[in-house]
Amino acid sequence: MTVSTTSSAMAQLYQELILDHARTPEGRTLAEAALPADGVAWAESHQVNPTCGDEITLRIELEPGTDRVAQVRWDGQGCSISQASASVLTGLVEGASVTDAERLGEDFRALMQSRGSEVDAALAERLGDATVFTGVAQFPARIKCALLGWAALRDALAHATAVAKEETP
Amino acid sequence: MTAVHEQDRLTAAELAAVRADFPLLARTLPGGRPLVYLDSGATSQKPDCVLDAEQDFYTQRNAAVHRGAHHLASEATEAFEAARGHVASFVGVDPGEIVWTSNATAGLNLLAYAFGNATAGRGGAGARRFALAEGDEILVTEAEHHANLVPWQELAARTGAVLRWVEVGDDGRLRTEQLDELVGARTRVVAFTHASNVTGAVTDVAAFVAAARRVGALTVLDACQSVAHLPVDLRALDVDFAVFSGHKMLAPTGVGALYGRRELLADLPPVTTGGSMVQVVTMTESTYMEPPQRFEAGTQMVSQAVAMGAAAQYLSELGMSAVAAHGRAITELLLEAATAVPGVRVIGPLDARDRIPNVSFVVDGVHAHDVGQVLDAAGVAVRVGHHCAQPLHRRFGVAATTRASAAVYTNEQDVAAFREALGTVRTFFGVEEVA
Repeated sequence: MTVSTTSSAMAQLYQELILDHARTPEGRTLAEAALPADGVAWAESHQVNPTCGDEITLRIELEPGTDRVAQVRWDGQGCSISQASASVLTGLVEGASVTDAERLGEDFRALMQSRGSEVDAALAERLGDATVFTGVAQFPARIKCALLGWAALRDALAHATAVAKEETP
Repeated sequence: MTAVHEQDRLTAAELAAVRADFPLLARTLPGGRPLVYLDSGATSQKPDCVLDAEQDFYTQRNAAVHRGAHHLASEATEAFEAARGHVASFVGVDPGEIVWTSNATAGLNLLAYAFGNATAGRGGAGARRFALAEGDEILVTEAEHHANLVPWQELAARTGAVLRWVEVGDDGRLRTEQLDELVGARTRVVAFTHASNVTGAVTDVAAFVAAARRVGALTVLDACQSVAHLPVDLRALDVDFAVFSGHKMLAPTGVGALYGRRELLADLPPVTTGGSMVQVVTMTESTYMEPPQRFEAGTQMVSQAVAMGAAAQYLSELGMSAVAAHGRAITELLLEAATAVPGVRVIGPLDARDRIPNVSFVVDGVHAHDVGQVLDAAGVAVRVGHHCAQPLHRRFGVAATTRASAAVYTNEQDVAAFREALGTVRTFFGVEEVA
């Protein structure tokens, strides 16, 4: 890492915030979490990155009677990018409405397609801490890592919403 | 198992000359960094003579093989068949025993589907020997690449056969002693790797063949990793079938070979059917050509096959004994480099004996993807992930490893660069303190 272009790309990829989240991830407590109470609409999604075998199982619970995501819990094993991404996701999505959580997912996917170019201010604002993953977009092989948790979120949101509809008389 | 003669090792001048044959090794990475290519186990780089052979075919000889009656067609056919001969002699068999396939995976699938077709009653009376009945057993190993596992799982599912496997020991070597117990009267197929793409361990082929012979089971050798590193004499190894890919032995992608013992290929029913593999076709039925054409339906990858012949010749001229001795030396260096770094655990044998230069490892506290990223930033190209061997990784309790793999052109400087970069990994991620 003696060449500056490389080390600056590496520094953008592995921002301190990402390494912090990877070391002490938020929400990675699914194994200890109790099953949701009766009447709570919830769903779990298991996703695998076929290239490296990394896995995540992510569960969301909706707040009864509302369209808010009450809780995000997950478990997984993977690289620092995938773990940090799921951790940041947890902080952003908990308390958000299902619509906003879905929108965040779309925004994050757009960020990953940005190839590291400047993202517009509105998108950056909505993504908050998740903008630290901008550097990942310069490393196409790592985009799947960053998206693993978000893929599980999209799937879990769809299922939990369907469950909530069934339970509403 | 495979004698490696230290005295055959390439001299520094010979190695420099070899490297000069591979134009890609001269390129640099963005920012002017030199390229350190340690991913030859995934795919090797190609020497000029291979690239020239393919180019020459298209500029001088391109025509349909085995059909046209014109002069160009006969030159093309001659080049195509000469290449088959080079590949055949490279592995010690007859040209008629080599079937072109698109790669080793295709070769293994060809076999598994041919056995399935035999089970469904296709082929002549001789094809019965390939038929599986419910409760018959297919033996594989825990070290297999998915290509030598999944086709057998599918064959088992189609026929009611049962899949069994030889386990891998803590040292990364196959537990050959289990063969006595695992190979029995119901064992029909024994499919195993010659050298693991992950651990680098070379299999005791004789032990597998002896066990299979004892019960009349067919042997299938995945020689994909071994042919680039060791002298491979399939006749001496006495296996029934073997597969390998061109692209891992200095040839282009898109071509590989299936070896079948002559009398077995003669009885094997076809899998892919269509043009160029039939004798007489009516509206209701067809008769098939003799091997190898019976298994080569449709237009073949002629230029790649010609180039694979050139790769086989190139390696033969270097001498596989010299290639193996070089591989042994590089294996020692890679093992030394990996084990010198604190927190690095090698998945595979720690001694270079009966081993090819594929060294896979985990770095304590750092995921393989992150390891690979740091190495890449230093210009060192390695493979990260499960290397298409999930069961093997699961056996070692890891989801992914980092693999440094060498080829005949790998030199000491490559290993030194790898060692230096690997030394920075744990510092980069702040996990240098060993608990």
